[in-house]
Amino acid sequence: MASSDVVRQMDKNARPLALSGHVGFDSLPDQLVNKSTSQGFCFNILCIGETGIGKSTLMDTLFNTNFENFESSHFEPKVKLRAQTYDLQESNVRLKLTVVNTVGFGDQMNKQESYQHIVDYIDTQFESYLQEELKIKRSLHNYHDSRIHACLYFIAPSGHSLKSLDLVTMKKLDSKVNIIPVIAKADTISKSELHKFKIKIMSELVSNGVQIYQFPIDDETVAKINTAMNGHLPFAVVGSTEEVNIGNKMVKARQYPWGVVQVENENHCDFVKLREMLICVNMEDLREQTHTRHYELYRRCKLEEMGFKDTDPECKPVSLQQTYEAKRQEFVGELQRREEEMRQTFVQRVKEKEAELKDAERELQGKFEQLKRLHADEKSKLEEKRRSLEEEMSAFSKRKAATELLQAQSFNASTNNKKDKDRKNSGFM
Amino acid sequence: MIERPDSAVSSVAQRNLEGYVGFANLPNQVYRKSVKRGFEFTLMVVGESGLGKSTLINSLFLTDLYSKDYPGPSQRIKKTVQVEQSKVLIKEGGVQLTLTIVDTPGFGDAVDNSNCWQPVINYIDSKFEDFLNAESRVNRRQMPDNRVHCCLYFIAPSGHGLKPLDIEFMKRLHDKVNVIPLIAKADTLTPEECQLFKKQIMKEIQEHKIKIYEFPDTEDDEDSKLIRKIKEKMPLAVVGSNVVIEVNGRKVRGRQYPWGVAEVENGEHCDFTVLRNMLIRTHMQDLKDVTNNVHYENYRSKKLAAVTCNGVDATKNKGQLTKSPLAQMEEERREHVMKMKKMETEMEQVFEMKVKEKKQKLKDSEAELERRHEQMKKNLEAQYKELEEKRRQFEEEKANWETQQRILEQQKLDASKTMEKNKKKGKIF
Repeated sequence: MASSDVVRQMDKNARPLALSGHVGFDSLPDQLVNKSTSQGFCFNILCIGETGIGKSTLMDTLFNTNFENFESSHFEPKVKLRAQTYDLQESNVRLKLTVVNTVGFGDQMNKQESYQHIVDYIDTQFESYLQEELKIKRSLHNYHDSRIHACLYFIAPSGHSLKSLDLVTMKKLDSKVNIIPVIAKADTISKSELHKFKIKIMSELVSNGVQIYQFPIDDETVAKINTAMNGHLPFAVVGSTEEVNIGNKMVKARQYPWGVVQVENENHCDFVKLREMLICVNMEDLREQTHTRHYELYRRCKLEEMGFKDTDPECKPVSLQQTYEAKRQEFVGELQRREEEMRQTFVQRVKEKEAELKDAERELQGKFEQLKRLHADEKSKLEEKRRSLEEEMSAFSKRKAATELLQAQSFNASTNNKKDKDRKNSGFM
Repeated sequence: MIERPDSAVSSVAQRNLEGYVGFANLPNQVYRKSVKRGFEFTLMVVGESGLGKSTLINSLFLTDLYSKDYPGPSQRIKKTVQVEQSKVLIKEGGVQLTLTIVDTPGFGDAVDNSNCWQPVINYIDSKFEDFLNAESRVNRRQMPDNRVHCCLYFIAPSGHGLKPLDIEFMKRLHDKVNVIPLIAKADTLTPEECQLFKKQIMKEIQEHKIKIYEFPDTEDDEDSKLIRKIKEKMPLAVVGSNVVIEVNGRKVRGRQYPWGVAEVENGEHCDFTVLRNMLIRTHMQDLKDVTNNVHYENYRSKKLAAVTCNGVDATKNKGQLTKSPLAQMEEERREHVMKMKKMETEMEQVFEMKVKEKKQKLKDSEAELERRHEQMKKNLEAQYKELEEKRRQFEEEKANWETQQRILEQQKLDASKTMEKNKKKGKIF
């Protein structure tokens, strides 16, 4: 996406009209500028480079001030990012500058994860902005923009070529942030070596498909200077906060036995070019590119991940409300389904338990029936016995009665007989 | 110029810089880019026909927006309230402005004017909706800003006060657009009448709590003075004219009467210049900003809240407006999961309790059963014992009797034997 996208498509329906006098809307840009100036500007720089390569010194030199710097050790276990925010003012312009430094970059034995923290940091800032943008009640005009507008990548002045860590890192970052590679500690390279080094670096970047930030050439006012500067990339810089007396002036420089390297001397290094390009001419463009290109890319990927689309399957445009509503329906449906599922499982359990209990009940019932039968059997047996006893008893009593009757009869008879006999006996006499 | 640096040290430290950095150039960069982009502005004019709206527009922009080829709304006879827009492109001092004038022919002209504001509200809302949809797309491009930035409301110069239609309209639109009330055809009022009329109108506006466009406070003393002056003159009384007349050797826009010329741009004749300066030269950008930050955001949050709340009681959702609809859904999902867990535990408890009850009941029945069984067994055993006892007694009795019988028999036998013996002995002769 070229910067020309930024130019609003002039409405084809608008008919041009001539004015017969001075209306006064040519003050519009001033109105806009006044508003932004009174709000203050905001700029965030990320510095990536090995420990000791001169990141903090360069920042101090660029912004002509002493930021709070901590010297870091070489023994950090992981790459960390340290962000510090400063309120700067130059004439009537206020700038909220955030400098983010990578601590421990390139120090680990295994550098495979080095870039990941950086990528994550950048993404986190994008995510914050996106979340604010998606809120229902939002205040974007008050939002402190923490997205990284420029990334200075410090290349070690080996004079040969880029390290593989450099290539890998820059490749990961080129679609997320404006990368401006700089050759650090350029006072250790001679002019001819530098020339070769720059060519080597640029060709390596091109052959590896790394897209570094190009100064915009579509605006006529700055096209010329930007094109020229694009040819000097990457800038070879020297940083220094110490001043040396050169010809009655105190200038920022580094004093060596063999001479003095003047930071702001364009023959000595590209520091002035960097300052020109980064701050004076293209700061606003860097902010704009971050917002319209890098952030939009992030946003598009994130929204697509979340399932948002611009058109539905029939290729008809879908509005945000429709998408949200569809999502909400889905969401509500899912919740209902979960609830239903839970209920079902529960009902199932209840049924099973009920069946279990019923079985137990039936068992008990069966046992009860069995016992009843047993008891009935016993009872009938008892009855049998009783009956037989009764029968025996009645038989016996019958026998007894009969016998006794017989006995009585026979007794009577015998008594009669005896009487008869006695009579007879007595009669015979 | 540049001051000595402060000694204040904090993580968001205030720094005033020594030496040149260059970001004081930022405003120029912003200026440059804004001119490249061009500007847009949408102005809506509302009022009964014949109040001089088209003439005022032509006077404001010193052009024939409405001419023979493009007739103004008053030339077109309308039966119902229409909303029409004309787009023109005007250039001045290198600045391009795409101006859209929105007309409402037919407003207030019918006999029954209830709801004549509805087409206006619909138009404004539809522009908001277009912008919201464009802003919410996944693939976003530079969006044209067609939202209505300002609404000039024309009050008829009755000299008495606001009409019910005026009040009703302004009340309904003050939350959707920047309303600037104007007294039309001010050349029918003397300065004193005008003063009284203005006072009366402002009083009624305050009584009905109508929020007309308010000028933002500035830190600049001069600007504050200007703004106070403007505020005292509200509502502005304007006169417009398409005709240029010669007065005292000057060519001015004005209205020629037998008794003199009412000059449009004469501050003592009317407030036209104040209006033009305010609307175009000083506050055009602010009108756009207020539309974007206040009116549009209101529309957006209402629209999105409607999607996410979906009929849920608004009073308990104060907190959710600070989230995006998706974050809102996430939260609801979590709440739902918790609710389900709670429900699940509750149901579990009830279930366990019921199972325990049932089991207890079964146990009780079983115990009862056992008990009864035991009892019956005991009962039977007792009966058995009783029967045994009876039998034993019987057997004993029987045995006794049988023994007795046997003795008797024996006796009998003995007796008969004796008798036989006696017989044999001749006792029997």
